Amino acid sequence: MSQGPLIPILLVSTGLFFIGMYGLFTRRNMITLLMAIELMLNSVNINFVAFNKYLFPEKLNGLFFSLFIITIAAAEAAVAIAIIINLYRSHQSIDVDDATEMKY
Amino acid sequence: MDISTIILYAIAACILGAGILAVTSTKIFRAAIYLLFSLVSIAALYFWMQVEFIAAIQIVVYVGGIVVLIIFSIFLTQQSGKEMAKPSVGKILASLGAALFGFLFTANIITHYSWGENPGRIFTVTVDQIGREMLSTTEHGYILPFEVISMLLLAAMIGCIVIALKRTEKTLDL
Repeated sequence: MSQGPLIPILLVSTGLFFIGMYGLFTRRNMITLLMAIELMLNSVNINFVAFNKYLFPEKLNGLFFSLFIITIAAAEAAVAIAIIINLYRSHQSIDVDDATEMKY
Repeated sequence: MDISTIILYAIAACILGAGILAVTSTKIFRAAIYLLFSLVSIAALYFWMQVEFIAAIQIVVYVGGIVVLIIFSIFLTQQSGKEMAKPSVGKILASLGAALFGFLFTANIITHYSWGENPGRIFTVTVDQIGREMLSTTEHGYILPFEVISMLLLAAMIGCIVIALKRTEKTLDL
């Protein structure tokens, strides 16, 4: 790479995003779906930090975006796991195909 | 190829390999551990990019918080050694096709775009700088998102307590 490490880092984050998307498509267990979403959020964070470092080194906006994304991801994971555990108590299963009451 | 590029490729291989194992492993506990390795490798990538504060936050929040939470919920909801059902071959092929198409499409755009990268400028960020800008009320300060995020965390905390309490009330009614 003649022009610095931005393109390899962007390719890594793209790969991670689509790995997360593959997991979101193939998994049927809610905890593994949550894990796939965490991978996708992390790939977005890598993008923000890489753009901040290599394209706009005089600013800090990308770092703040990734800090706020990490915070929101933590809140989201906590709420999602509370919902999953509640669902497990009422359905004895955390498979997305078993939770169909609100589907139609 | 210098040593720093080799380290970058090693970190990238760790991130992607652990990520692939995290979404394909049929044992859910192993998937959580592979997710842990992937997140630690991402923290290593932040260290490589010399944004130590984000790397520390990544380790504290993701590895110390979210993965532990996920492992807790795995133990609360199912037997960790149990094999999960494999998805059908048609679904695997369709998802793989969609993911590969998306990856190649985006990678094509990324490699052909001229990014205007300037390696001459040096990016240094200190925790002091981040803290001052986070709480500054001037034009480029982040005090408003900071306060909004704190309200969001409060709301999430109350929401989790309410969701977790509902079932115990019902069992008391029974």
